[in-house]
Amino acid sequence: MSPDNYLYLAAILFTIGTIGVMIRRNALVAFMSVELMLNAANLVMVAFALARGGLDGQVATFFVMVVAAAEVVVGLSIIITIYRTRRSTSVDAANLLKL
Amino acid sequence: MITLETLVPATGMFSYAWLMIAVPAVVAAFLLIGGRILDRVGHWLAVGAVLVSFSLASCLFAHQLLAGPEARAVTVPLFDWITTGMWKVQAGLLVDQLSILFALLITGVGSLIHIYSVGYMAHDERRRRFFAYLNLFIAAMLILVLADNYLVLFVGWEGVGLASYLLIGFWQHKPSAAAAAKKAFVMNRVGDLGMTMAVMSMLALFGSSAFVAVNEGAAKLDPFWSTTMGLLLLLGACGKSAQVPLQAWLLDAMEGPTPVSALIHAATMVTAGVYLVVRSHAIFEMSAAATTAVVLVGTVTLLVGAWIGTSKDDIKKVLAGSTMSQIGYMMLAAGLGPVGYAFAIFHLLTHGFFKANMFLGAGSVMHAMDDDVNMRHYGALWNVTRVTFWTFAMGYLAIIGIPPLAGYFSKDHIIEAAFEVSTVAGVAALLGAGVTAFYMTRLMLMTFFGEKRWRDGVHPHESPKVMTVPLVILAFFSVVAGVVMNGWIQEWLEPATGAHAHEVEWLPTPIGWLTMLLVAAGVGLAWWLFGTKPVPDTAPASRNPITIAGRNDLFGDAINDALVVQPTLVLARGLVANDSRVLDVGADGIGTVFSGLSARTRRLQTGQVRAYALTMTIGVLLVGAVLILTQLG
Repeated sequence: MSPDNYLYLAAILFTIGTIGVMIRRNALVAFMSVELMLNAANLVMVAFALARGGLDGQVATFFVMVVAAAEVVVGLSIIITIYRTRRSTSVDAANLLKL
Repeated sequence: MITLETLVPATGMFSYAWLMIAVPAVVAAFLLIGGRILDRVGHWLAVGAVLVSFSLASCLFAHQLLAGPEARAVTVPLFDWITTGMWKVQAGLLVDQLSILFALLITGVGSLIHIYSVGYMAHDERRRRFFAYLNLFIAAMLILVLADNYLVLFVGWEGVGLASYLLIGFWQHKPSAAAAAKKAFVMNRVGDLGMTMAVMSMLALFGSSAFVAVNEGAAKLDPFWSTTMGLLLLLGACGKSAQVPLQAWLLDAMEGPTPVSALIHAATMVTAGVYLVVRSHAIFEMSAAATTAVVLVGTVTLLVGAWIGTSKDDIKKVLAGSTMSQIGYMMLAAGLGPVGYAFAIFHLLTHGFFKANMFLGAGSVMHAMDDDVNMRHYGALWNVTRVTFWTFAMGYLAIIGIPPLAGYFSKDHIIEAAFEVSTVAGVAALLGAGVTAFYMTRLMLMTFFGEKRWRDGVHPHESPKVMTVPLVILAFFSVVAGVVMNGWIQEWLEPATGAHAHEVEWLPTPIGWLTMLLVAAGVGLAWWLFGTKPVPDTAPASRNPITIAGRNDLFGDAINDALVVQPTLVLARGLVANDSRVLDVGADGIGTVFSGLSARTRRLQTGQVRAYALTMTIGVLLVGAVLILTQLG
């Protein structure tokens, strides 16, 4: 099979994710955009694994999903903490660490 | 032709000659570290140390007298001091006819000054320290005169400089004393520069700085080097002996306690220059230019010193001017060549007696007058402080050269020798004798005669015995030293100076009569000016340029200031300006540029997460683009 269409889809998803991270202020939405980028990458790996008839890409995808799940736990807890102290989830407001 | 001494190695008592130096040095160290426990006995310890040195010197002297002339110059090798690839410097002592006379003068007059100081410094709480410094001074001076090597001599030379610095500035709570000490030290450094360069050229040319090697090598020296070396040694001698142009420190050195002045002027320090010139006669004899320079320096200084002496009101400064003048006589004699060496030493010894006598006498007067030094506040003291007066009078008669006192013989010989070599120097020396008579008579009249001009509350009294006994002894020697040594000293010094003894006159020669005539004129003039009318209470304003110049030390300080101090200040200010306006601006500029840059770069860190994301995306895109493009290429 040709992975072309999967790749087009993955590229579109990745671009949407990237733009989402860059333009959205809401931390939760930015977070979802990051997930979108991760999944776009997963899609590429799965597609190639299928096209080449190997299992490497699929195994790697599992790893990515596990890591993403762990990352979500940490990321969401940070966002919740920020929300508790600042009553906002805007990423622009949390800029206290600059010089 | 230079006759070299025949040296014999030390045997018997001579091998202990180093004790002369070691005893006062060890006692000095002991007193300095000993602490307050020694406050009550320290000064007697110091006196004892110098007396030990003196008795040792006397024993060695007696030994030499009894031995034949060929066995009188004794070397005492001590230890290998410096051993490097090219040079080997042996520290050793040379006890010969010349150095033993110095050792006797230093320890003899030194012990009298020590004893006197016990009384003079009785109420000073730092007396122990004072005596430690005095002992250090004696030890350093003995190293200087007993060394058998210019490098060892230099150790004593610097030690004397240090001790004089410590003693001149002994009352360091007075800013003037601290400044005077610094001035003496710095001006001595200028002379030391000449001395070090002379020693270095000896090491370079002869491969050794031992007297023996230098005397041998000097005979084969080419004229350039003998002149250079002679002039460098003269510069060193000028610094230590306060000769023009390095004379300015001596007058300020009066800030020290009076016994220190006596020690510096009579027994130690200023005599070192004369000693150096006489000891280096082998070098000076090879260069007419260098000897002429010595004569010139001596002649100028003897006139300058006498000139300053005429116009000072401070009794110690008059005596200081007089010392400069008398050392000038010695320098002149030393520069005259073989004919003068013995006379230089002769005058140095007699001067040691009568100048120590007069300085200690001045100290006794100050003691009586509550430490007032202004002669305009004295007057009529002859009846009150009789011992001081009579002893001082002996010193006075000796210095102006009344026969048969000490100064008459020694000074008269120098004047006659000067006439033999150069009429100009002779006339100057003759004139100097007249001026000496003038200022010394002025001092006598203002201090001991005339009406009482004492300040309120001053009750003059004679000093205690511990101070007057040394005065009496010194007065005795001021009277007899000339007669004792007149017929003997030339012959005695013949091997050390390489000069053949001349017949010396006992009765005044025509020049001697002329000298006495001038002396009488000087005394008469002083009597007419200061003896017949009352002395004004403050120095009368004067338009006489001679008086003004004399009161200002012939503008010695102003000349130094203009020639050395101001240019140095300008240079220093220039360097500071260069430092702050050029170097600092450069260094600070680099710092400013970087901090400005970083202040600007810091703005990149906005804290905006989205901006970081954008930056990162652009970066990734760029990296990707580069990778792809290189793959394509």
